[in-house]
Amino acid sequence: MDDAPPLLEARGLVKVYPGVRALDGADFSLREGEVHALMGENGAGKSTLIKALTGAVPPDSGEVRLMGRVVRPRTPVEGQTLGISTVYQEVNLAPNLSLAENLLLGRQPRRFGLIDRRAVHRRAEELMARLGVRADVGRPLGSLPIAVQQMAAIARALDLDARVFILDEPTSSLDADETARLFGVVRGLAARGIGVVFITHFIGQVYDLCARVTVMRNGRVVAVRDAAGLPRLELVALMLGVSIDEARAIEGTHARANSSADPTLRSRGLRRGRVGPIDLDLRRGAALGLAGLLGSGRTETARMIAGADRPEGGRVEIDGRGVRPGSPRRAIAAGIALCPEDRKSDAIVPGLSVRENIALAVQARRAWWRPIGRRGQRGIAERFVRSLRIATPSVEKPAGELSGGNQQKVVLARWLAAEPRVLLLDEPTRGIDVGAKAEIERLVGDLCARGVAMLFISSEVEEVVRVCERVLVLRDGRVAGELSGGGVTVESVMRLIAGEGGSA
Amino acid sequence: MRDAARASLRAFGRAAPAAAAVGLLLAFNAAFTPGFFDLTTVEGRLAGSTVDVLNRGAVVVLLALGMAIVIATGGVDLSVGAVMAIAGATAATLAARHGVNAWSAIAAAVAVGAAAGSFNGALVAGAGVQPIVATLVLMVAGRGAAQLLTGGQIVTFNDPVLNFLDAGFIAGAPMPVLIAAAALALSLLLTRGTALGLFIEAAGDNERAARLAGVRVRAVKAAAYVLCGAAAAVAGLLAASDIRAADANNAGLYLELDAILAAVLGGTALRGGRFSLFGAALGALFIQGLTTTLYLHDVSPNATLVVKAAAVLAVCLAASERVRAWIKHRSRP
Repeated sequence: MDDAPPLLEARGLVKVYPGVRALDGADFSLREGEVHALMGENGAGKSTLIKALTGAVPPDSGEVRLMGRVVRPRTPVEGQTLGISTVYQEVNLAPNLSLAENLLLGRQPRRFGLIDRRAVHRRAEELMARLGVRADVGRPLGSLPIAVQQMAAIARALDLDARVFILDEPTSSLDADETARLFGVVRGLAARGIGVVFITHFIGQVYDLCARVTVMRNGRVVAVRDAAGLPRLELVALMLGVSIDEARAIEGTHARANSSADPTLRSRGLRRGRVGPIDLDLRRGAALGLAGLLGSGRTETARMIAGADRPEGGRVEIDGRGVRPGSPRRAIAAGIALCPEDRKSDAIVPGLSVRENIALAVQARRAWWRPIGRRGQRGIAERFVRSLRIATPSVEKPAGELSGGNQQKVVLARWLAAEPRVLLLDEPTRGIDVGAKAEIERLVGDLCARGVAMLFISSEVEEVVRVCERVLVLRDGRVAGELSGGGVTVESVMRLIAGEGGSA
Repeated sequence: MRDAARASLRAFGRAAPAAAAVGLLLAFNAAFTPGFFDLTTVEGRLAGSTVDVLNRGAVVVLLALGMAIVIATGGVDLSVGAVMAIAGATAATLAARHGVNAWSAIAAAVAVGAAAGSFNGALVAGAGVQPIVATLVLMVAGRGAAQLLTGGQIVTFNDPVLNFLDAGFIAGAPMPVLIAAAALALSLLLTRGTALGLFIEAAGDNERAARLAGVRVRAVKAAAYVLCGAAAAVAGLLAASDIRAADANNAGLYLELDAILAAVLGGTALRGGRFSLFGAALGALFIQGLTTTLYLHDVSPNATLVVKAAAVLAVCLAASERVRAWIKHRSRP
């Protein structure tokens, strides 16, 4: 069976964006009738690989073979014509057209030169029935559940004689029943000899559905394995780029844990969407690590606490007093500050100067008619530019022109200037260079020493273990376990992430 | 201190295209328009082409100041022309038909303008309606409201105080110029003398970040529309005073477009963020200066619009980063 040429094969794909090698010589192969998981953390190169395969982003070098023949799709439509179809998480069909029209767009059956609506509907119902789905094909697609929309996208691709299906995080907005139904459809596709590439962040689903797993990291494929022979822990280790032996060796260096003190911040039963209930305590002078894979609910938890998103239930208390939810302003007044994960869209005001960016939160807490003034702003900004070593020729430089690491420091400075009691750091070291990373880790220690209660979120388990004396692990939106003191090791955190074994 | 210099240079940089355009226009007039810079005093009142530009430009200056603030929040206010009509109608009907004291009538007109602005603000910031659509409502309905006030007629008045707004002089300077200058000073004080300007720019540049930093984004946006409405009301009073009547159909017609143009020429980006009130005022004066210059050169009114459009196009192209980069690239050997 291994002798048969793979259905789809990619060799040595390279795609370079300014400053990043998104694909760095990636190989990939997909067999006929196989469901193949593509795994990796954010920025590993999964989506670029997919785009290279479908023609959305032609690679700089390397080749793609479909059934042994070299193909070079230059657009997704060309890819589709060749038989490579993608179903995205957000379905990209026309939401205001009916389901039937979407399925048969451009190929509607005609009668006397006019579109035969009845035939369109009949044909659409047939197509959906092939997938075992019954839906009102006359309704606008946008009014149907996401699950049905995905089925429609699959049905359309199937009708276009797709041989390869790429499903990009199809289950992230589906409930359990819908997921099960989708899996049924996917197995049916595989049984017909169609190859399916399945991208997900849910490790459990990989084992439920997929025969083989390809793991990517930093634009390269780091492993191709049979799912059956790959323990969960090892899969997590591969994704995160830690060897298991190494994981055993790295241990937390923190012994002190003043768990006796009353927590500064307490959340109980916090939930929103698929995340929750989350209970956590942040103590004065200590950093709680929040670990988990992408989509496990880390960011959502921090945003709910900071008032950025309104929780559907649960409460947040500071020193035992409730903080009314859903308003960053009220959270800030209570002493809670959030350095968000996506600093570009949620934190940096690119056109304003470094000075104004740093002074913004302090000024926002004062009344608008009591300005800090340019000199006051400069005083604050220059203090933090010095202490955080922000590399900028002048505090008047627009913040958007700084490098990522320096932008991150500007955001940190904004909150340090506001002197919060609780600081939530969501991926503060993502996308910044090693030196800046070490400085930020050191800063976390300094802040703890000054009595700030911190929440530290990072995808790098080693970093969480290095920085935090207590770690809360999330999995699929729930608390998978809590570790503290000597129990905080990379291995124990990864076991919780992988869903192996209980809490320490 | 070098930082301070750099900061003011950046602030000036935003207004640079408008300043350069005004400079070119002045240079052209110095060369080709005899007597353009002549100033005379007639009965203790300043007169001359430059005074005329300032005087006639005052209305668009007022509108452009408010417009720049609204655009900085990432919005736009299409209703300023209609608000001018409402304000003029309010003052005229109160003074001429109901015998209300002129000062009270003026106060009422400005209050009505601010109320119109808060209506826009509520739609945009409260209900989340797209600014173009939200202010289009008042742009269309506002003229209807003004006509209801005037009963569909042109309401004339002859009140010494109301007449004085446009035709009066203080210390030799025409009132519209003084009013526009006062509005510029007041709006600078209100935005740059407080933290409001910072909040407006933060909200317009990155709304999510501003909200997460604790800025009351909705209140700031609403405040911008209120200021814009009040400024438009003052402009409406000037326009009514000019013809000593409230003309609900024609007062301020199409001036929202001049105001947007002036704000953009003045260095306020349409996507929101940084704004320059000096730039907006200069932009407005450029538009008026061009009109006056063409008039002085006996260009027919039909051709005037074409020349105006060409000049505006040239300024916008000169301000475009891409065009500048292209010219730099081409001029290299």
